[in-house]
Amino acid sequence: MNKEITGKVIVVGDNIDTDQIYPGRFLAITDPKEIGSHCLCGVDEAIAPNFPSGGIVVAGRNFGCGSSREHAPIALLNMGASAVLADSFARIFFRNAVNLGLLPVICKGIREKVKDGQTVTLNLEEGSVTVKETGEVLPCEQLGDQAMKILEAGGIKPMMRKRFGKDSVE
Amino acid sequence: MHAIEKILAKNSGKDVVKTGEIVTAKVDFAEINDLYLQTVYSFYEMGGEKVWDNERCAFVFDHYAPTPDIKSAANHKEMREFAKKNGLKFHFDTNCGVCHQVMPEAGVIYPGMIVVATDSHTTTHGAFGAMGTGCGATDMATILMTGELWFRVPEIIEVRLDGEAPKGVYPKDVILAVLGKIRADGAVYKAIDFTGSYVEKLNVAGRMTICNMAVEMGAKTAYMQPNQDVIDYVMKRAVRPFEIQFTDSDYEYAESYCFDVSELEPELACPNSVENVHTLASVVAEGDVVLNQGYIGSCTGGREEDIEIAAKILKGHHIPEYTRLIIVPASREVMLSCMKKGYIQDLMDAGATITTPGCGACLGAHEGILAPGEVCITSTNRNFPGRMGSTEARMYLASPATVAASMIHGKITDPRKYL
Repeated sequence: MNKEITGKVIVVGDNIDTDQIYPGRFLAITDPKEIGSHCLCGVDEAIAPNFPSGGIVVAGRNFGCGSSREHAPIALLNMGASAVLADSFARIFFRNAVNLGLLPVICKGIREKVKDGQTVTLNLEEGSVTVKETGEVLPCEQLGDQAMKILEAGGIKPMMRKRFGKDSVE
Repeated sequence: MHAIEKILAKNSGKDVVKTGEIVTAKVDFAEINDLYLQTVYSFYEMGGEKVWDNERCAFVFDHYAPTPDIKSAANHKEMREFAKKNGLKFHFDTNCGVCHQVMPEAGVIYPGMIVVATDSHTTTHGAFGAMGTGCGATDMATILMTGELWFRVPEIIEVRLDGEAPKGVYPKDVILAVLGKIRADGAVYKAIDFTGSYVEKLNVAGRMTICNMAVEMGAKTAYMQPNQDVIDYVMKRAVRPFEIQFTDSDYEYAESYCFDVSELEPELACPNSVENVHTLASVVAEGDVVLNQGYIGSCTGGREEDIEIAAKILKGHHIPEYTRLIIVPASREVMLSCMKKGYIQDLMDAGATITTPGCGACLGAHEGILAPGEVCITSTNRNFPGRMGSTEARMYLASPATVAASMIHGKITDPRKYL
């Protein structure tokens, strides 16, 4: 896995729940690309169509609270997001994100330090986030061993395929 | 150890577990709701062939019961095919109700077990002394393949509820008061054990309402030590023998909060956050809150006790013109009993719309969606922006009694004068 990620950010608020990330009226959709096109429309419908590829979502506390819907990280990934930096994450969202290979990284206070469209570099090894425009460096928390094991395997799906001997050809 | 730790230890083949430890535990029952066709996709993507145990997992079709559009109908069709192919012993189609009501009724929930469902409100089953927790579609697919899931042994918070509830204060008011204090992220990654004299005497329905909303504080799971009401309920229904776990007397909680229930009043979670909790009296003191819709239903507030109090309050009244009251019984069993007791008749006479048991408009799927600018009072669990439809609608969370009293006048009303 790539332990250094650079991307443009969009900044959202506290308690961004899964209904704002992916509203209930779209839950029957199963096509990942289409799911991605509605991402964060509960916050602002203009976010998904203009999201920079490989971009990073920056949020306040309790990002992903509410429903267990996996549509939330599926939407973020398919919108083009590579990571979410926040003060804290809701538990089920955190698990779902790790399982699918979306990085949920705790970086306290990041929301006050960046503006929409600025560029940050997340360095997982150093545990740091650098804001390109200001040069400011913020510490971020390490992901746990269990989460890293899943992320390094490329997500839970490749990990399970390996466990069940489905990838013996590769 | 705490009872939750004993459940985790037993299911992971250990004598002792410690806070922060990662364990792989056997799942006693796994439930997939109808938003999660992705579970079937992930199962096959990971090389799944047959589920690990066809008596320990089931689908509940509750969010789209019955299906509102072609997409959800196609999703149900694929899920039915998966259920048939795997010969699942339990299957709950669109005629059953909300998963968290239907599972205990069917006897697949009992003390000392681990239940995992693709639904955040799986904390509900702490009401029965079980460890219930929600997960996403792909975690669920790993359970269907292996019968196990990894868990971090959580810190456990005690929420002590002592005293007797005054007139007009219901379990929903109690949990809203707790939420207002602990906040929407106060229990993230942690478990909440509800203790105290109020809990010891609380009936099954009230226990379920309180444990259900533990997740609104971010909790991984909730717990209540089973009382006689719970034991009577599960003895009649449980499909397996069970063992009740008890917390050791020397167990030390990570944090403790105490509430005197006798001092509480009817509460409201105001727009647009579950933690924006105020007493009803303080909200109406600032002026009338005029309503377009009232809603009684869901895994939080759609049980027989909830519909009973609404029927008693609304009997002989009629909701005002240009308002609507939607009643969604949580299950077929609830609806049948409410019909037999005349509650459904009374509510329809009062102008209520009764819909099929299921999740309905609680999550904005169908059957009572809000338009921009509308205001709704609801016995459900979330008032996030857009939860029940338009992001420009506003929702107040309240007890079923408060919803019913409010619908007499079409504005938020203290239920105490109707009791």
